[in-house]
Amino acid sequence: MKTKLLWPLAIFLVLAVFLGVGLKLDPREVPSPLVGKSAPVFKAPSLIQPEKVLRKEDMLGKVWMLNVWASWCGACRDEHPVLVAYARNGGVPLYGLNYKDKREDGMGWLNQFGNPYADSLFDPDGRIGIDYGVYGVPETFVIDQAGVIRYKHIGPVTPDVLRNKIEPLLKQLNKA
Amino acid sequence: MIKTSTLVVGRALRVLTLGLAIASFGGGALAAEAQSASANPELEARMMAMAAELRCLVCQNQTIADSHAGLAEDLRQQIREMLAKGQNEREIMDYMTQRYGDFVLYRPPFKASTALLWAGPAVLMAFALGALVVVLRRRQRLGDDAFEPDDAASESGPPAAR
Repeated sequence: MKTKLLWPLAIFLVLAVFLGVGLKLDPREVPSPLVGKSAPVFKAPSLIQPEKVLRKEDMLGKVWMLNVWASWCGACRDEHPVLVAYARNGGVPLYGLNYKDKREDGMGWLNQFGNPYADSLFDPDGRIGIDYGVYGVPETFVIDQAGVIRYKHIGPVTPDVLRNKIEPLLKQLNKA
Repeated sequence: MIKTSTLVVGRALRVLTLGLAIASFGGGALAAEAQSASANPELEARMMAMAAELRCLVCQNQTIADSHAGLAEDLRQQIREMLAKGQNEREIMDYMTQRYGDFVLYRPPFKASTALLWAGPAVLMAFALGALVVVLRRRQRLGDDAFEPDDAASESGPPAAR
């Protein structure tokens, strides 16, 4: 008789645990199938020097980060000071992917808020973005010496993400 | 008083729904017209059929066919171009899953990571039916005196045990 009375409580607890876990999950964070795979090949003009062409092959041999950004993206503005501070302190080269933006808007943004990027790929129609599975700007990729994507962060990079996720990984990759 | 106000609200809601239905129908027809005029209708139909199977990652719970998000428009254009190049549906779906994962598919393949998704409802149903059978069997084995008498039976039958 007593166990019968406990059933609703048990069911309630199971439901509560499921709903509680559900609250903590962010449905916007879709695991990227690209992590652990070779980064898609690109060939794109530089945002700042239109005649200069940037290729994936040029990046081989070093660990680097690719940050997808746009002047129309609000969250990128929150993230920007973190990237500027990171670039000022050295660290691995940071490249930008100026995603679905106008050249003058992108350059204006860099002039106004500072340019943490070694260079930015200019991707006005978002083709490189599609190849990299970009769906929410900003996104940040860590790519190793062999050109393999090791990590992808969706949403703005915070000092916390940088310290606890990205920097330990970079240290480990640079040792290899 | 309460009755009339619910009536008024009900009528207002009905008018509103009808209005919305008309508006969305009209809008949909217009959008479809504007798009298929730009390309050949057969390719456009194939593209839309594929887009209806793909999830828009910007506005999840909408298909790429339904969404007006920038990314959805880009992906529709991508499908259109790939079809025009002669690539088939399978190749295009592979292209999408390589970039965005199984999550873009509204009907993901059955594998370890999606097993719960596909089998979950059936397992729950089996569990519920099993519980029902157990309860019914147990009741069947009980004597008549374990049950309260029906209303009709209580008048003529013996008094209840309790």
